[in-house]
Amino acid sequence: MLEVAGIVAGYGPMDVLQGVSMSIASGEIVAVLGSNGVGKSTLNNVLSGIVKPRAGSVRFMGADITGASPSAIVAAGLSQVPEGRRIFPNLTVRENLELGAYRRAGARMKSNFEHICDTFPRLRERLGQLAGTLSGGEQQMLAIGRGLMAEPLLLILDEPSLGLSPLMVEEMFNLVQRINREGLSILLVEQNVVQSLGIATRAYVLEQGRFALEGAAADMLADPRLRQTYLGL
Amino acid sequence: MSALILPAMLGGLTTGAIYALVALGLTLIYGVLHIINFAHGSLLMLALYGVYFLHVWLGFDPYLAIPIIAPLFFVLGYALQRGVIAPFSGGKEQNVLLVTLALSIVFDNLALYFWTSNTRTVAVSYAYTMVEVGPAFIPLPKVIAFFAAMLCAAILWLVINRTRIGKAIRAVAIEKRGAQLVGIEVEQTYAVCFGIGTACVAVAACLLIPTFYVTPQVGYAFVLVAFTTVVLGGMGSFAGALVSGLLLGVIEALCGLFLGETLGQIGIFVAFILILLFRPAGLFGQRTA
Ligand SMILES: Nc1ncnc2c1ncn2[C@@H]1O[C@H](COP(=O)(O)OP(=O)(O)OP(=O)(O)O)[C@@H](O)[C@H]1O
Ligand SMILES: [Mg+2]
Repeated sequence: MLEVAGIVAGYGPMDVLQGVSMSIASGEIVAVLGSNGVGKSTLNNVLSGIVKPRAGSVRFMGADITGASPSAIVAAGLSQVPEGRRIFPNLTVRENLELGAYRRAGARMKSNFEHICDTFPRLRERLGQLAGTLSGGEQQMLAIGRGLMAEPLLLILDEPSLGLSPLMVEEMFNLVQRINREGLSILLVEQNVVQSLGIATRAYVLEQGRFALEGAAADMLADPRLRQTYLGL
Repeated sequence: MSALILPAMLGGLTTGAIYALVALGLTLIYGVLHIINFAHGSLLMLALYGVYFLHVWLGFDPYLAIPIIAPLFFVLGYALQRGVIAPFSGGKEQNVLLVTLALSIVFDNLALYFWTSNTRTVAVSYAYTMVEVGPAFIPLPKVIAFFAAMLCAAILWLVINRTRIGKAIRAVAIEKRGAQLVGIEVEQTYAVCFGIGTACVAVAACLLIPTFYVTPQVGYAFVLVAFTTVVLGGMGSFAGALVSGLLLGVIEALCGLFLGETLGQIGIFVAFILILLFRPAGLFGQRTA
């Protein structure tokens, strides 16, 4: 459903991504791994239309979305739950969720809203609360819930477990697996390498602007040499 | 003397309502776009000329001009943001400041060139019709201005708090990246805000002209009070602009009563300094950083 070819992107004179190609098939969980500052979020933002690539192409569901506006990309069914959550702190939980359906799936807002409240009972208890007053974990649930409100076909999750307690991290990975089983394809950027590989179908390792390694997640977990060189385990 | 105080305060409220309306437009633009719109006063001046000419040429009553002037100025504000301010400022806030300042200089001087510096007024038959309000007699246009301005404030509040676009506006104001990622068109939302702020000024012009005048410089007097109102209320605060607009109107009227008509505005600035001394973030401002 997603084909990325030869993406070059960066800021100012610097190219952070120097020719990145990848693909995601329908129903997959694909993990993108790599050390801090290597360009994972930059890649996500290229896919979401926030950073314009200098070269290369992005195709989604058969259509060329290279350089398309973020709103057009959301409308096409590609949503991102960004690093740092980026929820609307001055709006209530309910309003945050409603805005998730701003560009897509507005007609089914009510039923999606109910479904997401069932998935995250803690959000249902706090619908009238300002989002900025939620705990970090609750904010992360809200960010994911808001992303799901658009009924995306592909959901990008950028470090969803950041700042969560170990128990919550476990819960987060279970959740990612659960929404994947409901039919959603997922691009997962994570620092929790072992847990990510545990639920992913395939994985890419980003190094110095390129994918240094790609393959089935299970193989990566099993190969001791790869684990040592690329994953520092 | 004390018999004069209440009437003065009521009269002050009617002026304050206009201050509040002008300030609401300014505070909305500040709160969402994070820019200080120096062209706000000039847009008020243009709107005053707009109502004036609609009256003189086509015989429009100033109040009946509202449904024409307000949408027209919404479009003007929208186009200015999209066509001039956004492209010329390149996203840098200090540039935006200069661009809006430049716009105001251009508008003021074009007005001077085309319409001269003559003071113009609109003569309406009901200008001196007095309405008995409790202990006071207040000119009908001022009573109308008060209620119309409050109605506008209420509509604006409903739009911002109860509509889809209002939700998007509040989202963009505080979390631009998040807004982009749910598919809100940020640039378009900015322009809508600028349009709404400009429409506020246009309505204020229609309410103002029956008891006021228009010259190319008329914007200055108002924009200074409007800036004061916005800062006093707390930058970007809706309730703050409303309350401090009304408050400043009353303070001005009382100072006019005690110190003489021409010194009324001194009170505004003294109150401004005193209040900020004790509440640096303004009446409704959040105390941050
Ligand atoms: N808006 C920006 N302007 C300039 N440089 C940027 C910008 N955003 C990111 N960078 C730089 O680009 C590089 C890649 O950043 P990016 O956020 O994509 O890394 P990342 O892989 O997501 O890191 P992390 O794991 O810490 O989230 C970093 O060196 C960063 O400093
Ligand atoms: Mg990142």
